[in-house]
This record gives sequence, structure tokens and C-alpha cells, in this order.
Amino acid sequence: MSIISLIIKREFIAKVRNKSFVVMTFLSPLLFVAIAVFIGYLSTMKAETKRIAIHDETGFFAADFLKENKKGAEFKYLNLSEIDVKALKDSITKENFSGLIVIPKTNKTKDLESKIEFISNNSPSISFIEGTQKIIGTKITKLNLEEAKLDTLKIQKAQSEVNIHLVKASGEESLKGLNEIKIAIGGAFGYLIMMFIIIYGNMVMRSVIEEKTNRIVEIIISSVKPFQLMIGKIVGTSLAGILQFIIWAIIGLGLMFAASTFFGVNVGPTARISPELMQSAQHEFSGTAQMYITELWNLPIASIIIGFVIYFIGGYFLYSSFYAAIGAAVDNQTDSQQFLLPILMPLILSVYIGFFTVVNDPHGTVAVVFSMIPLTSPIVMLMRIPFGVPWWQIAISVSLLFAAFFLVVWFAAKIYRVGILMYGKKPTWKELYKWLKY
Amino acid sequence: MSNLLEVHKVVKQYGDYVALNEVSLNVPKGSIYGLLGPNGAGKTSLIRIINQITMPDSGEVILDGEKLQPKHVQTIGYLPEERGLYSSMKVGEQCLYLAQMKGLSKAEAKKQLDYWFDRLGIQGWWNKKIQELSKGMAQKIQFVVCVLHKPKLLIFDEPFSGFDPVNANVIKDEILALKEQGSTIIFSTHRMESVEELCDHIALIHKSNKLIEGKVGDVKRQFKTNSFEVGILTNNVEGLMYDITQKFTVSPANFKSLNDDLKLNIQIGNAAPNELLNVLTQRGQVTHFVEKIPSVNDIFIQTVTENKV
Repeated sequence: MSIISLIIKREFIAKVRNKSFVVMTFLSPLLFVAIAVFIGYLSTMKAETKRIAIHDETGFFAADFLKENKKGAEFKYLNLSEIDVKALKDSITKENFSGLIVIPKTNKTKDLESKIEFISNNSPSISFIEGTQKIIGTKITKLNLEEAKLDTLKIQKAQSEVNIHLVKASGEESLKGLNEIKIAIGGAFGYLIMMFIIIYGNMVMRSVIEEKTNRIVEIIISSVKPFQLMIGKIVGTSLAGILQFIIWAIIGLGLMFAASTFFGVNVGPTARISPELMQSAQHEFSGTAQMYITELWNLPIASIIIGFVIYFIGGYFLYSSFYAAIGAAVDNQTDSQQFLLPILMPLILSVYIGFFTVVNDPHGTVAVVFSMIPLTSPIVMLMRIPFGVPWWQIAISVSLLFAAFFLVVWFAAKIYRVGILMYGKKPTWKELYKWLKY
Repeated sequence: MSNLLEVHKVVKQYGDYVALNEVSLNVPKGSIYGLLGPNGAGKTSLIRIINQITMPDSGEVILDGEKLQPKHVQTIGYLPEERGLYSSMKVGEQCLYLAQMKGLSKAEAKKQLDYWFDRLGIQGWWNKKIQELSKGMAQKIQFVVCVLHKPKLLIFDEPFSGFDPVNANVIKDEILALKEQGSTIIFSTHRMESVEELCDHIALIHKSNKLIEGKVGDVKRQFKTNSFEVGILTNNVEGLMYDITQKFTVSPANFKSLNDDLKLNIQIGNAAPNELLNVLTQRGQVTHFVEKIPSVNDIFIQTVTENKV
């Protein structure tokens, strides 16, 4: 045990002292904040207003488009129905129009549905097309209703919007949108694990290759068992990674705060919400917000946090052991590339399962099964925990996770020992048992 | 208990290739034991088994009366042929780390390190990184790492490669000093002159088999041809030659001498050396009379070429 802690200590110190580690630790948050500030700055800039010409031969629609002309809007519509279509088409480039909407005259309004054209040099954005279609569609519907002599006001009154209240069996009122919050919490933690594995998995692999490139492997292996070496390397490197992550979090938060105070730039998702809007929103939702907060406190916070820590460690260790196994099998880093994809596949798979299956049915068969399989459990189970998971499922899942970790490390150690000799006899079961004891 | 290390019928196979074929060795306590053999003979395989880097397919290794087991790594010091240290780690820290891996406490490791650094005159290297050192300097560090934990058994694989003659001599003296202090040393090398100089036991492994083992003197006795180099001043060469060829086999010899004498190689077979001397003294003045003893180099080459099948 003391030898493992000795290896952990050396790996940790070697990683932390490394120049590139130090540089990255302090440079990355700066870069991150710089990018965030830049994006925040960009979002405060107004987009250039695009001019859209309208040639409306029916005379029904132009007014509806002109209603959309507001200060600061993305599009400015110009009613040019008097000008000939052909002349308009030719002058798109010259007059600097982004596009031309042509609404021809038809006998029946129904025919309009497929006759309207949008002419432009560049293909328009999907949102613009959808917006235009909506404006015209609404108008046509209205025209159709009028044509059928139906009272639009009555129809509007007749339309209903149902709002179902969610009530728990215990009697207290539940809130819609809470599921989304649960998913957001689970998803954020899941993403954090994935990011961490992708960033730091390689570090473990490089560390395992280190002895080979330094040609010290024979001395080390004649002193310690490869299993001890692997465990020591994985844990030592992880600790260095966790330290870097914590430093990043602290520096990042500090710099974000500093940047938003000193430069007056709203960073992040609040950037586009104007203060008035926020105020009114606050006023409107203050009652509901209170309920959300109490609901949030009713979430299994303790088990979410404990679950996060356990699955974070377990998941990272498991994936690191795969990286270690790759490191054990190859002699230099360039040989390792082809092995990396199979590692990332289950990771990506578990994020997809998390966002598509767990969201729909947190306790369905697929979600339960994938929250048991060690490769996907760290992310899938974390996303399930906010919905409440029976403790025995967590127990099975965690035991499987750590069992898998030790199995893979053991396996990596075997590869390592045989890898030193480069060529080996095909192992029989008897020999595997012999190795196991060794 | 006179043998520190006993290897009993060890077999090691890689696929279809037999690296060691029932090899047995007895390494006496306190000896310098030369493990000889051409490239690919199986020396490194055997050393790796003793160091528990690999396991034998069959056979066993006994160290100090006990079957080899994981705790024994602390009693063995190993200098592999393939040298290397953590290149970006500082010398002092690295030595401390490797010594602690061999079971030394930090304080004890520090004490030993101070002793050895002082002894080899490398005190100033403590805070240098290995990558800043020359190859020979790094080799010295590696030697220190190998002997730091006072192992009972030291295994040196080509210890002198990479050293200049001065440093090679320093290391040679250290090896002899370690022997004086009671360490047993296994010494694997191709440099026969250092075997001649240092070893008191040798074993020759060739094509996965052990062919020769024993005290250097015994092995030489086994390989000697009962030949003598003779220098003699005589007026009657024909008479002398006649007398000698009656009893012995003669061939011309070539050695340096101050006299203008007749130089001969004479093989006496089972006869006593005095019989030859008697014949010689009757015919002239003997100026040179030396028994021809085979060098380890001769034995090595002879054995390897004889078994070239």
C-alpha cells in the first residue's frame, strides 16, 4: 500500500511540476474568459438591418409585413408593389435588397399557398422563411374565415388553451418544468464527467508510456507489480487533473466576475435579456419562483452530490484504466490514436441515452439497464438520480463500476508485463491464473 | 548454506522458441559470478526471471534458502543492460523515489545517498535533471540506484558499457568493494577481460542451455591442454628436437623474449612437467618455461564454436 502511495505522490508531483501543466492551468481560464467576453461583446452589437422588397399584387399582405417594421428589427420590409416584378428582380443586387417576396394575383386565395416566391441571391435563413410563411399563413387563414363568413372573434373565443396542474399524491402542488431542471442538473454533471475524461484520459495514457520512452521500465517492474504501478499512475494523474479543474473553476469564476464588473459586459445567457424584461419577469414569476426553490430543495440533493462524487471518481477511474491499457499496449503515443475511438464511443452513447431515453422515461428498461452497465452508468445514472432511484440499483451500479475498474486495471497490468517482452506465448487459462497470483 | 541463489531446471518458452532449457545454476554466497554467453543465449531471460519480471514456465528459483517471492525484490539490486531513468526528474528525488520503492525509509535512503554521492564525488548533481547529464553521468546515477538498498544479490548486465576507462575502473573498484562487504554479484558481460579480472565463478549459457559452470580455476583446469611454452638455448637443435618428439607433441611458439632462443609449444599429455624439464635441461639452457592456461576468452570461443550445430 505504501508503494502505491509513493507512486501516487511521484506521479502527482511530476504532473503538477510539468511546465505545460502550469502554463495550461493559468492560461486556459484566461483564454476561456477572453472568448466569453468576445462573444458577449459580439452579442451586444446590432446586426445589420436587411432590406426585403415586397411585391404584393393582391394587396392583402403588404400591410401585415410593414407592421413588422420596428426599430432594431432584423428585417426592414419595403412595399414596392407598384414596380414591375421583372425590374425588381433585376435591381436586387443594385438596390442592395436581401430578397424579394413576390405574391401574385390568383383567383382563389387557396391557390396562393403554392404560388408565393422568395427571390434572393443568397439562400435565406430557415427562421426568416418560417416567419414569412407564418405572416402570410395567418393572413390567408383570416381571409378564408372571412370568405366563409365566419366570425373571427367568436372563433378566437372558442379556442382554448389547457393548463394541467401537476399534483403529487401527497397533496402538494407540483410544478411543470421541474423535470427539465432535473435533467439539466443530471446533464450538467454528466457532461462534466465526459469533459474531464476526454481532457485527462490522455494524460494517464502518456504517463503509462513514460517508463517505456525513458527506458526505465525494467527497473520499475523489478521493484513493483505492474498493478500497483497502474493504480498509482491513474490515481496520481487524476489528482493532478482534479487540482487543475478546481483551479480553473476558481480562476474562471473570479475572472468572469471581474470581467462583468469592469467591462460592463454581460457575459453568458443573461446578455440578451434587457433589464426591464428581467424586472417584469421577476415580478411575474416571483410567486412561482418561490415554489421552484422549495421544489429544488426537495430534490434528493444529498444523493445527487454523493452520487456525483462517486460516479465522477468511478467513471473517471474506469475510463482512465482503458487509457492505461492502451498506454500499456503501445510504445509511443502516435500508435495510440486508433485505439481511442472505441473508448469515446460508449461515452458519447451514454450522453445520448441520457438526453433521449432518460428524459422520456427515467425508470424505463433502457435507462435502468444502461445505468447498470459500467461504461455508461456514470453519466446515465447521474441523470437518473434527480428523479429518484432505488438505493439497491445505485449499489449494484456502483459495485459493477468499481469491479470493472479493477478488472480493467488488472488487465492493463497484464498487457504491460507482456508488452515489455514484446512477444509472448499465447496465454492459457492455467497461465492466466499463474499471472493472477504473480 | 553456501549458495545464495539456486536455479533449478528453469524452462522459459516464448511461443515455439525455447529461451531457457532446464537451466540450473548455483551462485555461491559472496562470489562474483560471471554469466557468459553469446547474444541471444538466454542470459537476459534468466536475469528477468530472477528479478521476477517474468515467471519461468517450469523449474524454480531459490534465494537464500527460500523460494523466490515478491518480497525478495528488496534484496536484489538490478542494473539492466537497457539503461534509463525518468529524464525530467531531478537526480536526488529520483534516487530517493527508487530507493523507497525498494523498501528503504526516506531517512535511510537519504543517508545512503549522501554516502554514495560523496563516495563517487557527485554531490553537486542532486538538483540536476537526468536530461542535463551526460550518458556516463546518468550511468553512475543508475549504479547508485542499483546498490543503494544494500542488496544481498546484485545483478549487473554489462555494467561497464558507456563508461570511459577511468570511470569503468571506479565502478570496478566499487564492485570489488561490494564483494568485500559480503554482497553476491552476478555479472553478465561480453567483455572477457573484465570477467578474467573480477569473477571467481563462471557459467556459460549457449543456445538456451548451460554448458559450463564452476570456479574459474576449475573450469580452466578442465580446459587446459597440458601444454607448455618453452624457450631454450641450445647448440644441438636436431638432438633436442629428436629427444622431445620421442615423447611429446611439438609446435613452434611465438612469444617475446630477450634471448635469441628456440621457442616451442610442447604438449605433454599425461606426463609430469618435470619429465619435460629433465629432457630440456640435458640439451641446453632453459630460459622460459610456462604452462599454457586457457583464458576465459579462449574457453568462450572454443565452447561456442564447438556447439554451433
